[in-house]
Amino acid sequence: MTNASLNTGGEAPKRSLRAQDALTKRRNAAERRFKAYGMAAIAVGLFFLAVLAVSIVRSGAPAFTRTVVEVELTVSPADIDAAESQLFKTKAYQDLFVAALDRQLTNNGVEVAFDPKAIERLLGKVGSTMREFYQANPAKVGKPVKFELAAASRVDRYLNGELTRDAIQDSRFMMKTDLDLVDVMVDTGVMKSSFNWTFITGADSGVDNPGGAGIGASVVGSFFMMLVVLVLSLPIGVAASIYLEEFAPQNRFTDLIEVNISNLAAVPSIVFGILGLAVFIQFMHLPQSAPLVGGLVLTLMTLPTIIISTRASLKAVPPSIRDAALGVGASKMQSVFHHVLPLAMPGILTGTIIGLAQALGETAPLLLIGMVGFVARGYPDGVVSGFVDPNSAMPAQIYTWAARADASFYEKAWGGIIVLLAFLLTMNIIAIILRRRFERRW
Amino acid sequence: MDQKDIKFRCHGVQVYYGDTHAIKDVDVDIEDKTVTAFIGPSGCGKSTFLRCLNRMNDTIASCRVEGDIRLDDEDIYHRDVDPVQLRAKVGMVFQKPNPFPKSIYDNVAYGPKIHGLAKNKAGLDEIVEKSLRRAALWDEVKDRLDTPGTGLSGGQQQRLCIARAVATEPEVLLMDEPCSALDPIATAQVEELIDELKQRFSVVIVTHSMQQAARVSQKTAFFHLGNLVEYDDTNSIFTNPQDPRTESYITGRIG
Amino acid sequence: MPVIWIIVAVLAIAGAGYILGRQRALARAGGDRRELHSLPSYYGSNVALKVAVPSFLLLIAWMIVQPFVVENAVSGMIPQSEIDEGSSLGLVMAEVRRAATGLENAVAQGVITEDFARNARADITDITQRLKDAGQIVTSDITQTILHAAQRYRLLSATGDMMMAIAVLLVALAGALWGLRESVPLFRARNAVERVMRAILVAAASVAILTTLGIVLSLIFNTIEFFRLYPAWDFFTGTNWAPSFSGRGGSSELGVLPLLWGTFYISLIALLVAVPIGLFSAIYLSEYASKHVRSIAKPMIEVLAGIPTIVYGLFALLTVGPLLLAVFGKEGLGWMQAGTAVMTAGLVMGVMLIPFVSSLSDDIINSVPQALRDGSFGLGATKSETIRQVVLPAALPGIVGAILLAASRAIGETMIVVLGAGAAARLSLNPFEAMTTVTAKIVSQLTGDADFASPEALVAFALGMTLFVITLGLNVLALYIVRKYREQYE
Repeated sequence: MTNASLNTGGEAPKRSLRAQDALTKRRNAAERRFKAYGMAAIAVGLFFLAVLAVSIVRSGAPAFTRTVVEVELTVSPADIDAAESQLFKTKAYQDLFVAALDRQLTNNGVEVAFDPKAIERLLGKVGSTMREFYQANPAKVGKPVKFELAAASRVDRYLNGELTRDAIQDSRFMMKTDLDLVDVMVDTGVMKSSFNWTFITGADSGVDNPGGAGIGASVVGSFFMMLVVLVLSLPIGVAASIYLEEFAPQNRFTDLIEVNISNLAAVPSIVFGILGLAVFIQFMHLPQSAPLVGGLVLTLMTLPTIIISTRASLKAVPPSIRDAALGVGASKMQSVFHHVLPLAMPGILTGTIIGLAQALGETAPLLLIGMVGFVARGYPDGVVSGFVDPNSAMPAQIYTWAARADASFYEKAWGGIIVLLAFLLTMNIIAIILRRRFERRW
Repeated sequence: MDQKDIKFRCHGVQVYYGDTHAIKDVDVDIEDKTVTAFIGPSGCGKSTFLRCLNRMNDTIASCRVEGDIRLDDEDIYHRDVDPVQLRAKVGMVFQKPNPFPKSIYDNVAYGPKIHGLAKNKAGLDEIVEKSLRRAALWDEVKDRLDTPGTGLSGGQQQRLCIARAVATEPEVLLMDEPCSALDPIATAQVEELIDELKQRFSVVIVTHSMQQAARVSQKTAFFHLGNLVEYDDTNSIFTNPQDPRTESYITGRIG
Repeated sequence: MPVIWIIVAVLAIAGAGYILGRQRALARAGGDRRELHSLPSYYGSNVALKVAVPSFLLLIAWMIVQPFVVENAVSGMIPQSEIDEGSSLGLVMAEVRRAATGLENAVAQGVITEDFARNARADITDITQRLKDAGQIVTSDITQTILHAAQRYRLLSATGDMMMAIAVLLVALAGALWGLRESVPLFRARNAVERVMRAILVAAASVAILTTLGIVLSLIFNTIEFFRLYPAWDFFTGTNWAPSFSGRGGSSELGVLPLLWGTFYISLIALLVAVPIGLFSAIYLSEYASKHVRSIAKPMIEVLAGIPTIVYGLFALLTVGPLLLAVFGKEGLGWMQAGTAVMTAGLVMGVMLIPFVSSLSDDIINSVPQALRDGSFGLGATKSETIRQVVLPAALPGIVGAILLAASRAIGETMIVVLGAGAAARLSLNPFEAMTTVTAKIVSQLTGDADFASPEALVAFALGMTLFVITLGLNVLALYIVRKYREQYE
């Protein structure tokens, strides 16, 4: 190296540090632009989250309320006898109801003439509801009874503005004139909005009765499925992780397992559905639509997640703990089960809850094993039958509603999403609390 | 020794990391075209102080710098100062060689490119060759300028980082223990290089090794627990330390 | 005896074995536990494991094998003449099984007597009606052959179940005796127990292999079955997707290309949305955002990842679709016919993938060593220059891997396309048209009424195979690229 080569660079003119030259200004402008892109990206992400949240809450909230007509009436034994002696018994009961409703409206100072058929269109088969009630509760005959009857879904939609008077075409579902009666009933307080317990506790209704659809049965189905997933995936996942993290020798078998786990974690969920259909239903003849099968499929799907998070928790326990246990003469197995595992437990549980939350929201595999389009008749009556009796699950139920032609079910689907998200939120909060509470920094 | 220009004037410099007071009231003047060594035991604050000189501490959120640091009589912590422009003038070489995962050529060309120093490709080629020659690396890499810089040996990597730093034509070159990750032969090469660099730049080097400080520097500052204990000609520090702490350190009793 | 009681009985024997083994070992050591090789509980555990492990293995094996044996024995009873035109032995056997289950449940409910269930004849009794009254799902009319087969099926199954219970309990007892004999002070109980534990751990880890094997086998067998009915060449090169639902095969056109096109088109749009937004979010969060902002924004973005896909599906169908229709539909620009379209599904899927891309990229960007950033800042680079020219190139392999994983997820996503993309298979460039994907067709072919042995249903397995191979390929490619780049910079 020579001095000559050192001096080839021209001496830059002295410039104050405080004066920004043009290039620096340009570079700083580029810097600000770049930063703005980043902020915009975050903003877009949060915007989508907000839109999603708003549309869920706005569209789902109506599912939790319903419009009811409350009528108090007293039916004497003579009325019952008279009604039972007629050919159209339910019609007779319905007439009793109409009379009572008319009385109630008149008491409120409203005179309105209405077609008894309108009652059927607005409130469904009132007569048979009443008849069934009195047959089941004979003691109530002769005493005042308050009937709370759910209005048809079109009434709901009319009242919350989705359906305007002009948009209604006279049909056997609803006549324009029926709306006069609705308005009067609302004004007099006979018709009002109340919390829809049927939606929370009920089962899915048929395609023609959106008002009676509930998510309760599928919550139970999901619960049984999650029970299966928990009972299988936690022990298997933990055992597999312990083996891979603590015992597995460096060989091809171990590599094979590792490769399989990382690949399974990325296999589309629908493929697990195919697996479940082919292996559990086609091959092993397990019952279709059963939470047991759903649970098995979801277990296989959740295992990689649980194994990955469990291994991370095991890895986080410092080797000094293992050395300390081995140093006092514990066997390898004892050091793992007495020391490492308990220390890793909070992390493992957190990972498991998050895995369960994922499984709870999974839909695609359930469609293939038949947990869809199924109208559950009541609740499973035994613990065992809860696992093998056909049922639906929350996300599959939501899909069923979303896929129906009647737009009234969309509201139920959104409402179902609110219930599903409430469960997921609870599970995630539990996981976060667990982590905050027990997280140990080494 | 003739009197040289003062490049950096530092007065009453305090550095805090959160609640920790890392640098306590340091005054020091750094001369141009001189190698200044900062020595002292681990954690004494010498690296922290070095990073104040080109505001590298800005990248650490919890770090707070007080006091007055002037480069050519300009306060470098003034709010109008763009740290980007400052760092173009005050280059830095780090403890561990940190070549970018790019080709050797791109590593060296990076600084000139972002600062717009080259008119065209030929000008850039010239800068790259000149810088690599200055870093005494040209002959070793001229045939493989397009291979990754990360493929070089440790000593070559560090010289590449030096070439990268000098390519932007800085006025001051800060070196944070540049030889601590190198073997003795590579260390010797880098030290030789530092000696040549001082003809054009003011070089500030942080080092753990007292021998290295004695070999390469003209001025030495001894830091201890965040204080600047003694600052003098290297010869004086090593032959006639004024402070008992300096003496203990250079004789190996503390450190 | 129901299986659950067998399990309870085995567990009870194991529990008793644990106590006895522990006591026996202690007694042999004269009550001084220091004389024992292992802790007393290991002697107990040894006995318990020797009871439980072999008997449960036998139980599982028996439960898998028995149906085949019984089925084989019974299917011999069905004459060829009984199998209707267009039916198969499998379908008849399914009917037999249903009838057998019906009989079993009816007896359990007390609707029919055991004797009646065993000996009733379909031609002279109203057995079909009585089973239906008992709430059992059976075919409209059970023929005598089927009833006879069902009765035989039931009898064989019952005998098998009885033999299984006896065999399992015998194995359990033998295991208990074996373990108890071993419970002497010199026996290395801990080592024995730990060996079994280790075997259990290995078995648990092998579930992953079994799952993959199960996936591959169930896909391969059914795919081969499909290609027997439908030429593979037509499947892979056909440009028309028109399954017939009425007839039995023949008239169906099952070309996979329109489905693949729909899949890739939707995934492409999803990636065009997710990659820039996700990447820039990750860059902002990891390089610019203050700790405070990061601690709020990062979890909020990740909430998007925790939302089930059915929610996104509904979002596409009911919110985004109508919204797009308002802008691009007849009232607006007139490009769009219906709310379900490639654009709708792609957009929503993109939103779903944002957190996926962003958190993977965030991890990768964070793992780029600080020394590289320092080196760049030390040369006077601005933050954005450092990110664009140093950090991103260094993180590139990881980011490419993340994008490939996101692509694989987009291709395998089901619910969003089932609800948001439409059902029509077509080869078109217009993103506002409805198209359909491989996953959506898997769902529709397997949830429809198609006979399980028909090509219309079996094609779902060939589609599943295609999907599996593509996603597997993408995953392997992602890992390969990452590894290769890493080696380059090592």
